Amino acid sequence: MKMDVRPPVLAAEQLTVHVGRRDVLRDLNITVQPGETLVILGRNGAGKTTLLHTLAGLRDPARGLVLLSGQPYAAWPRGHEACLRGLLAQSQPDFFSASVLETALVGRHPYLGRWDWERPEDEAIALAALASMGLEGFAERQVPTLSGGERQRLAIAALLTQQPRLYLLDEPLAHLDLHHQVAVLDHFQALAAQGAGVVMVLHDINLAARYASHVLLLDGAGGHVFGAAHDVLTTERLSQAFGHPLRAVADGAQTLFVPT
Amino acid sequence: MAHGHSATPIAKGGMPSQRRRALQVLAGLVLAALAAFAWSLTAGALPVGLGDLLGALLGALGGGDGSMEADIIRSLRLPRAVAAFAYGGLLALAGALMQVLLRNPLADPYVLGISGGAAVGALGAILAGATAGWIDGGAFIGALGATLLVFGLAHGDGSWTQTRLLLTGVIVAAGCGAAVALMLSLAPEGRVKGMLFWLMGDASGATRPWPALGLLVVGLASVLPFARELNLLSRGEITARALGVRVTRLRGLVYGLGSLLTAVAVTTVGSVGFVGLIVPHLVRLAIGNDQRLLLPAATLAGGVLLCAADTAARTVVAPVQLPVGVLTALIGVPVFLFLLTRHPR
Repeated sequence: MKMDVRPPVLAAEQLTVHVGRRDVLRDLNITVQPGETLVILGRNGAGKTTLLHTLAGLRDPARGLVLLSGQPYAAWPRGHEACLRGLLAQSQPDFFSASVLETALVGRHPYLGRWDWERPEDEAIALAALASMGLEGFAERQVPTLSGGERQRLAIAALLTQQPRLYLLDEPLAHLDLHHQVAVLDHFQALAAQGAGVVMVLHDINLAARYASHVLLLDGAGGHVFGAAHDVLTTERLSQAFGHPLRAVADGAQTLFVPT
Repeated sequence: MAHGHSATPIAKGGMPSQRRRALQVLAGLVLAALAAFAWSLTAGALPVGLGDLLGALLGALGGGDGSMEADIIRSLRLPRAVAAFAYGGLLALAGALMQVLLRNPLADPYVLGISGGAAVGALGAILAGATAGWIDGGAFIGALGATLLVFGLAHGDGSWTQTRLLLTGVIVAAGCGAAVALMLSLAPEGRVKGMLFWLMGDASGATRPWPALGLLVVGLASVLPFARELNLLSRGEITARALGVRVTRLRGLVYGLGSLLTAVAVTTVGSVGFVGLIVPHLVRLAIGNDQRLLLPAATLAGGVLLCAADTAARTVVAPVQLPVGVLTALIGVPVFLFLLTRHPR
């Protein structure tokens, strides 16, 4: 039973995903090893969020398997999967007011027993996560007083507070200014370097090219291309997937993709 | 005790102190409840001193001495005070649960048509000339019928369910409102006053308060273990599920429990306005939205409000008894508006 090699943090085998009766993705096979960053690209409605929710175990696949650290979600003890993988949702509703610290602390839920209150250690983790997202000094603020970008960074901080091994990020850069976009991606790059797996949906092809080790390009009709980032990111493939012609511009060692 | 984590940066207002604050708030509300009970038991056509009150209550434990004060307190005022407290608690708890379930600050226990169904059942029974027991029975059947109707029509799973549940509830409530208006206009003169009183809410008929208090305790105890999960639910369904909350099961529990609590309350005291809507908001404005504190605090505050309002209702213009629903609104609305303007967030 003992394996010498740790299983990939995430794997999909022959995965097919439906939206309504439409296959948005057929027969996907991917693995995400510790240290890897997979960026999912595709046009609106291509099924990126649905795929991410399926990979998070929140939605049953039409066919195929999703393996989290080598096991299907159903094989993990109930609730334990939340210690292994975290999901940044696309939108962050808040119907009732809560303080920034309380909001960041929700990430500790999987680690607490039914009657436990957050311990000082949990609070220290949450405060560190807030600081890493540039929100030090915000702990006592009420969430509705934050700007859109600050709320997005708070949501990321809550996810960091969860300390999973696999991060699933649905448009983590939404509402963020340029500086924070890069800071957030740098942070997840550092986490990956420490052994986490990162899967994220992005819309910026050039940031994807800069941070992804692997890319999954969805065409929205069931087809996909998966591989190392520099293999997948070509002008032909991107132009076809996004339905808009792109051209490559060399900038030193980097290639930038610019819409024509 | 063991402060081993000297390096942990604990902000002022950290969790241990937050938990201490929770205990302080609850202790304060328990004191308020005792004060409300003391007022309710001593005030009335026959004023009783605090010393006599204690004597009467202790006498009840030791077998009773049979004085008139003791008799009035034990057989009239105590059941009524307990009933008012229990129903206030039931409505406030149900309101807090509905607000979390529907993630809508305007939700109250009646938003899903429960009180409308109860009113149709009760007024139908009154119209048919039923006795008190059958009126209660009609109200309970009407409340459960409306609950099942709304749940059945809005059943489903997906992000649309919340809105659909709310819309279905509002429509069923509107239908019930029309049926109530129809019955009022068709009712013979002699029965209209009883019908109107039922609609405005009235705790005087609550003669057997202990089952309601028991239900309140059981209801609170069965939802408190899920209080932290309810906190996550207000962060959005996807986030809650990703953190390991079984959202469908939790929603079912909250919906079922909230409906049952409301049905029992509305059956006995009628549709008492504002308790279920305003008390959770009052508590939220004062202490924040952590359900672990909010649910017990709202329960206690609802009990205190209705107990005090009921006492006022039977003493302010005695011997005339005012409908308690009018009093809760008259007390609740100014307090609520005051708190709202004090907290510009």
